[in-house]
Formats: sequence, C-alpha cells, structure tokens
Amino acid sequence: MTNVTRALMGATALCGMAAIAQAETLTIATVNNGDMIRMQELASDFTEQHPDIELDWVTLEENVLRQRVTTDIATKGGQYDVMTIGTYEVPIWANQGWLVPLDDLPEDYDKDDILPAIAGGLSVDGTLYAAPFYGESSMVMYRTDLIEEAGLEMPDAPTWDFIKEAAAAMTDKENEVYGICLRGKAGWGENMAFLTAMSNSYGARWFDENWTPQFDSPEWKAALDDYLMLLNEYGPPGSANNGFNENLALFQQGKCGMWIDATVAASFVTGDDSTVADKVGFALAPDNGLGKRGNWLWAWSLGIPAGTDAEDAAKTFVAWATSKEYAELVAENEGWANVPPGTRTSLYENQEYLDAAPFAQMTLESINAADPNNPTVDPVPYTGVQFVAIPEFQGIATAVGQQMSAALAGQMSAEEALEAAQNLTSQEMQAAGYGQ
Amino acid sequence: MARAVSTRRKAGFTIAAWIIGLAIFFPILWTIVTSFKTEAEAISSPPSFVFFNWTTENYTTVLERSNYFRHFWNSVVISLGSTVLGLIIAIPAAWSMAFVPAKHTKNVLMWMLSTKMLPPVGVLIPIYLIFRDIGLLDTKTGLVIVLTLINLPIIVWMLYTYFKEIPGEILEASRMDGASLRDEIIHVLTPMAVPGIASTLLLNVILAWNEAFWTLNLTAAKAAPLTAFIASYSSPEGLFYAKLSAASTMAIAPILILGWFSQKQLVRGLTFGAVK
Repeated sequence: MTNVTRALMGATALCGMAAIAQAETLTIATVNNGDMIRMQELASDFTEQHPDIELDWVTLEENVLRQRVTTDIATKGGQYDVMTIGTYEVPIWANQGWLVPLDDLPEDYDKDDILPAIAGGLSVDGTLYAAPFYGESSMVMYRTDLIEEAGLEMPDAPTWDFIKEAAAAMTDKENEVYGICLRGKAGWGENMAFLTAMSNSYGARWFDENWTPQFDSPEWKAALDDYLMLLNEYGPPGSANNGFNENLALFQQGKCGMWIDATVAASFVTGDDSTVADKVGFALAPDNGLGKRGNWLWAWSLGIPAGTDAEDAAKTFVAWATSKEYAELVAENEGWANVPPGTRTSLYENQEYLDAAPFAQMTLESINAADPNNPTVDPVPYTGVQFVAIPEFQGIATAVGQQMSAALAGQMSAEEALEAAQNLTSQEMQAAGYGQ
Repeated sequence: MARAVSTRRKAGFTIAAWIIGLAIFFPILWTIVTSFKTEAEAISSPPSFVFFNWTTENYTTVLERSNYFRHFWNSVVISLGSTVLGLIIAIPAAWSMAFVPAKHTKNVLMWMLSTKMLPPVGVLIPIYLIFRDIGLLDTKTGLVIVLTLINLPIIVWMLYTYFKEIPGEILEASRMDGASLRDEIIHVLTPMAVPGIASTLLLNVILAWNEAFWTLNLTAAKAAPLTAFIASYSSPEGLFYAKLSAASTMAIAPILILGWFSQKQLVRGLTFGAVK
C-alpha cells in the first residue's frame, strides 16, 4: 500500500514538473512595418527572461490582419493570444467585451507615462484596453531647399492659406516637381483618413449629435474644394491612385514640395533610401484658425482577446513590448532613432532621443494637438479623429472614399461627390438603426 | 508567291504569339527582377531593367526573418492532399455521370458548379465556427478538407468531360469479359483517362497552391502556407517592394517549375476533346 502511495505521489510530482517544464506558447498577430519586425528580432530578450513562454508570430498585411483578427475575436476562435490593433478597433471591441482590460499591469510599467492623447484613444471609461506600441499623428513634411528658393518661410503651425501659397510657389511641372502630394487612393484608411482630418480643421464633421450625416454642409464643400484644387493644380499626375507608399516614393525621389501624411514617414524621408534626406523640414498640420488642426491620431497597440487561455503570459509580453526598458533595448541594438515613437512622455524628455530624431518634437506636438474624444469644432456623438469609432464606418467610409477619389479623377464634380456621400451614408446609417 | 505569303503570315503569327506570351509573363518577370534590387532601386523612376546592382540581400533577409520551409511544406501537403482526396471522390462520381447518366445528371452538374458562384466570404463565419468547434482551425487537415470541397466541382467537371470522350463500348466489352465495376474503373477507364486525370491533378495542385482566401482566414501560425508567407511582406506603410518581390518569387517558384515541366501534359489535358 505504501509503495502504491509512494508511486502515486511520485507520478503526481512528475506530472507537476512536466507541466512546469512545458512552455506556454503565445500566438501574436502583427502588421508588417519596421517597428513590428524589429520587435520580432529583439524578442529573444523576452524569451531569455521568460524561458517558460514561447512566441509564435503571425505577420500579415494591415487589411488582411484586420479581417483575420476580427473574424477570430467575434467568433471567439481563440487563435491569437496577443493582437495588434489600432485606435479604431479598441473602443468598439472594448464595448463588446472582447478585450481583456489592462488595469493590473506591474507598477514599474508606469502607465501614467503614456501620452494622454494616446491613452485617451485606447481607453473606455478610463480603463486601458490596449497598450500602445507606437503612436502617430500627421504633419507637413516639406523641402527646405524648395521653399527657400520660393522665397517663403514655413511657420511651425501653418494655415491652409499658406499651404496653398507655398504649393503654388514650389510647383515646377517641367522638372517634375509638384508643390504638394496628398493621399487620393480610395479607402477608409487612405484618402478618407486624410480628408476626415482635413475637414475637422474646416469645421466640418461626419455626423451631428443625432447621427445625421453632414456632407451637405458648407464646411465639407470648402474642405473638398480646397483638396481638389490643391491636387489638380499643384499635385502629381494620377493623384487619385496615390496612397501612403506612392507618395513616399515620390517624396523620396524629390518630386514633392510638401507632403502631409503620417509622422512615421519622417524617419523614411530622412533615411538612407531618400534622395532628399538632408533637405526635409517639418511643421504641424495646417489649420483654418478654428481651433482644430488637420492632423490625425493613430496608435498600433497590443490587445489581449478575452477568453485566451494564456492571459497572464500575454500580459507579461504586452508589458515587455511596450515598456520603457524595451525602448532602451532598441536604442542599445539599433540606435535611439529607431525606438518606436509616440507612446511615452519619457521618450520625449530623453535628450539622446531628441538628438537622434530631428522630427521628434514635431511628432510629439502633432500627437498632442489631436483629441480623439473631442475631434471636431462642433460637438459630435463619436470618438476618433480621422475615423468614426462605429463598426459601420469601414464600409461607409470606403464607399465615400470612392466618391472623393472619383471627384479627384475628374469623373464627377465636388457637389456630385458630396451628394452621393450624403445619400449613401444616410442610407447605411438608417439601415444600421442610428438616430431612431 | 503563295508560299511567300504563308511564310510571312506564319512569321506574323509567331511574333504576335511571342508578344502576347511575353505580355502575360511580364508581371512575373518584373517581380523576379525587382527581387534582386535594393528597396531604393525598386521604387526608382524611371525603373531600370538590367543595369542596376544585382543583389541577393532580399532573399537573405526573407530567409532569416521567416520560416520559409515550414510554409513551403504546408503548401505541399495542403495542395497535394486536397487534390488527391478530391480525385478519389471525383473519379467514381464522374464515371457514374458520364456512363450511367440519370434524368437529373445535367442538373446535378450545374448545381455543383453553382457552389463556385457564391462569394467565399459569405460562408466564412459558419465555416469558421464549425472549424472552431471541431478543433480544425489552423490545421493542415482542415485546409485539405476545405480546399477539396472548393475544388471538387472543377475536378468532377473536368473528369466528366474527359470520360465522355471515352467510347462506352470499350467499357461494355470489358464487362462482357467479366470485369467487375471496380476492375472496370481501375483497370480500363483510369489508364485510358490518364492524360485527363494528370491534367486535372496538375491544374488543381496549382489552384490549391494559389488559393489565398481560406488559407489566410483559417490559419494562424502552424498551418499557414506560402500565401500567408507572401501576405506577411505586404505593407501599406513602408516601401518593402523588393522584399515582397523576393517572397513572391520564392512562393511561386516551385509551382512555376512544376508548370514548366508539365506544360505539354497540361495543354494536352486542357484541349482534350476540343478537336475531333
């Protein structure tokens, strides 16, 4: 009997040890960009600290990833333990109860260090639902040599009138230099991200407080007229097909005088692949004196799906990847300029970082100038600067973006595009039951 | 005189065929060329076709960053598995439809084809839920089943067309000689239909290899084939065209080589019965 008991106890102990030795595997879904790829390369630091946790990476293109993780989280598929999501998904998913609240991260994580605008975009009722990995806003990137030749000086906070003047002065179509490059490719994350942010600075908004679409307002008309004029008169040919990557290529080859786009582009236009790296200046996105600028706010963040069977390990990983120590690890291996920007106040107080990244100050000011909870001049019932955080927005904004892109390509007038946008948005919102 | 015209015509046709062939192949060629450029050269305008610094750096980076061979192996298992399973089901089905047609055989064939007309995303959520409940998400078995079902209508249709070309009298003769149904299908019908079966097999391997909706949506880390490998190099924020081209080249190379070596078989199979 004693032998049997002893054997049983031994077996139990062995099972316990086996359980300890068996590593937990985290499946992490990420997007393909420089910062995320760097995280994968540096992840050995994490697995050395936590030998009981293994990491499996799934890297996908942004739109594929969005479709993939949305399917999984909506059906509680349980394929991922950590998901890379943006400021658009976080409030919607958190309200559905799909995300694990991150209110018990370790003390040394220093949650208060997260930039307030970013934390605001990733929180619902004061609770953080995803940890920011990098944050971005948008700003003006311009050619210092061209603006000097034009006899102008770019202010730190330009107005749209100045942008129009500078675009006209810098355009030299014979030499393939275009005063301004902007997004024209249809898509809720492409031309509509830019146009929505731009329209905020013109006093326009997507919906009034009763969820009635506002594309018939004079503010939208003014914003769209200026956008079309800028690109038709001073933009590169075929602007209606240009997204972030196309404009980046044009700017790097010296074909754009100004480019208003994501702050994350700053490190690309001043990087090795750029032919104009030493001739780039930065300024805040323009305004019209109404108290809102035409810049957006986005943060790629790490969220944990509710129901994962590795919640604690996932939290440990999320805390590591978005910590101050991670920033130091990147600096040690790749230099300060490559630290993921736009998430922590402490990074912008670090002189080494400020010296290494000439665009740091403008990035910080751009992020601080955006308020996702109060994005427009007039009050609105939604959050989000360049998007409206409702599930229907992706579909509606992509359809609206097609109208805007068609107007840019000359297939319809600005009035027709706005009318079509108003009609289709009204229909979709009514069908979805808003404002009833 | 007549001969001169016909030579000129022949030359004209040859040139036209080459131009069309090159135009169709050009995107693949351009992808391969881009994969040997640096990222800066990949976006340079005007682009250079030959005169740039050829580099294999992108291939090294891609191989370091991703587990190519795991994706490759998954692709092989999924495409071959689904095709073989599909053939096992489709050969008897096509036999019965070709040689013992019933009143509604034509309707059944049309109905099978109609399943290809539904946009796959329409059934994504139900299939995802079923897979979740029976534990088939992110498994090769699950993908083999789904791809078999997706390609089954095409396999049955192709085989049906080939079998229709085989004279029923030969099968009758074998029956007269005492062949059982099993013998008839395995020893008489199949050997005669080998070119058709081979081309069906090749075409379906290619279709399964390139299938990018289900293979992306039903996998995560373990069963992801080469389509997921390519998708991991596409980026809307950042110019990684050279690396994306290298990944694409590595993903299509095996199937391109297979297609190259078996082109005679493929053409023969696809034009089977077209000319009497």
